[in-house]
Amino acid sequence: MDQHYPIIHLFDNPNLAVNLSNILMITVSMLIVFLVTFFMSRTIKMYPTGAQNALEFLVQFIKNIISSTMDWEKGKNFVMLALTLILYVFVANMAGIPFELATKADHTVWWRSPTADPILALSLAIMAIALTHIYGVKMKGAKEYGRDYFKPVPFLFPFKLIEEFSNTLTLGMRLFGNIFAKEVLMVLLVSLGTSSLLWGAVSFLPLIVWQGFGIFIGSLQAFIFAMLTMVYMSHKVSEDH
Amino acid sequence: MIQEFTWLDAIYQLAAFSVLLLVLKKYAFGPIMDMMAKREKHVADQISSAEKNREEAEKYLTEQREAIQEARNEANVIVDNAKKMSNQQASEILDKARKESERLKETALVEINTEKERAVAALREQVATLSVLVASKVIEKELDDQEQERLIQETLREVGGNL
Repeated sequence: MDQHYPIIHLFDNPNLAVNLSNILMITVSMLIVFLVTFFMSRTIKMYPTGAQNALEFLVQFIKNIISSTMDWEKGKNFVMLALTLILYVFVANMAGIPFELATKADHTVWWRSPTADPILALSLAIMAIALTHIYGVKMKGAKEYGRDYFKPVPFLFPFKLIEEFSNTLTLGMRLFGNIFAKEVLMVLLVSLGTSSLLWGAVSFLPLIVWQGFGIFIGSLQAFIFAMLTMVYMSHKVSEDH
Repeated sequence: MIQEFTWLDAIYQLAAFSVLLLVLKKYAFGPIMDMMAKREKHVADQISSAEKNREEAEKYLTEQREAIQEARNEANVIVDNAKKMSNQQASEILDKARKESERLKETALVEINTEKERAVAALREQVATLSVLVASKVIEKELDDQEQERLIQETLREVGGNL
């Protein structure tokens, strides 16, 4: 488990560290999301067929998530956000399942799930929570937004503040923890399987099971991430609580 | 796990995420959601127009029914009128025929009487002529008074008997 990451420093400044593996995986995941949906939506017709049906099903799915948490009048603004979140997180989670690439000499990891990096997972969560605050102010006004911290009773204010931070932390850590655990166990199984022929035969079946479970976890975490973002969003933009 | 705090990765991810969101909206999901909204509207329009058509059809149906009922009533009235009129005409014709026959009968009777009188007149003339003939015969024979009287009476009786 002596893994390294290809970290470089921009302009030789130690404060400007960049993990090239992360940059690569972010770019690859987003390209996959874009290219797949782009080519799936080339022929848009009134009577949908094939790929269009699949994308419309996804849109409908997101719409259901949103309308289960908030008023559709407000929720319709967040369809694109939820769609991009769920697609990106899903593809990012899936990226590490078929293989993980590392250089042989010093085990520098190049290819893995970008969401298995705590910085990326947490920053995504911070972005989501920050967006809820921004839309809360935008849709209800700064006054109403501020008043929400003292509802239903004023002495809950400190807890409300803590809630904001814990929400951010749990949202990011849940995603990171699940995907990181999946990656770690997968790496362990693979290194066990490649250590000898006997162990390869023994660990083959568990690896398949774990990959299947990884797909399940990845899909579930993508769904949960988008769902929770919408729940937090509804706490901030809905007026009835 | 974390060798170094690579916060630029996070910045890169956020920027890339924003770009991805905009690009997806423009090229993939924007058109699809537009089409979905359009379809929804289309379906709603179709439903409302179907509803409207159905209502219209029902209205026409009731109108047609009323029109048929009206036509039937009118036809009944016409038939009744025709029957009444024909009855009236028949009785009128019968009356006229009866009067005509009456008139013809009267005319015939008048004519018969006239003819009869004419015949009697003609007969009378003939009687006179015969009388003259008889008289001349009597005078020819120079009969006595008694004989003459008898002859006249006989002739008269003969003539009167024929009359």
